[in-house]
Amino acid sequence: MNVLVNFLIGFFILCGALLCLIASFGVIRLPDVYTRNHAASKAATLGVMLILLGTFLYFFTLEGHVNSRLILGIAFLFMTSPISGHLINRAAYNSGVKLWDQSIRDDLREYNKKMLNKSSVD
Amino acid sequence: MRQPNNMILETALKLLLFFIVLFSIYIFTAGHYYPGGGFIGGLMTAGAIVLLLITYDIKTVQKILPVDYRIVTAIGLLFSIGTSAGALFFNVPFLTHVFTHVEVPVLGDLALHTATIFDLGVYFVVIGVTMTIILTIGEDE
Repeated sequence: MNVLVNFLIGFFILCGALLCLIASFGVIRLPDVYTRNHAASKAATLGVMLILLGTFLYFFTLEGHVNSRLILGIAFLFMTSPISGHLINRAAYNSGVKLWDQSIRDDLREYNKKMLNKSSVD
Repeated sequence: MRQPNNMILETALKLLLFFIVLFSIYIFTAGHYYPGGGFIGGLMTAGAIVLLLITYDIKTVQKILPVDYRIVTAIGLLFSIGTSAGALFFNVPFLTHVFTHVEVPVLGDLALHTATIFDLGVYFVVIGVTMTIILTIGEDE
């Protein structure tokens, strides 16, 4: 039982660290703001959540201490990190950052153009 | 009626504010036995109000929380000086604190300490000063 839990703790923490590493590789190697943000806000969120879960399990099994702040941290991170990614992307789009030159679809530009035409007609 | 600027942020904020304010109160009350206390609790409450300011604008926040933060600072200083000077009435030096165990019906045995009231003063002063600084910078035109 104890060996299994130890294995689980190690698995969670190593997986989380690996996901954070993959996220940082994504931030370096991907071509534009939007794809980089995609890598950072998804992979790093899951990575940090797994590390926190591993920490929680460690203190729970070895010291019998239920640290509710870690659970709160997991829930908080799960809610806030995608929102911050969304806000950064939105700010980048609204201040006119170009998409990668090989991307082929931009639905939001057409939507904005349509809304602009409609408001000028009214 | 104001138009919502960013629906995702405003909807999430309604849930997140409870988390942040609850955690700041926890940190404030746990300050005697664990890391925390008035300063960091006050900063975190001010952070929650700043998050509200980021999401809405100054006028809306002033409507939600009709508080003059300069008065909050004054009340905090009054609390701290009052608990410190209260010791003089009992012929003990300034800033002497007392604590006692009280049996409360629902909550059980509570160890009440006058240092908590001093800490409450610190909490109010930190909120008041931080919000005054941020609001004076934000209102500048």
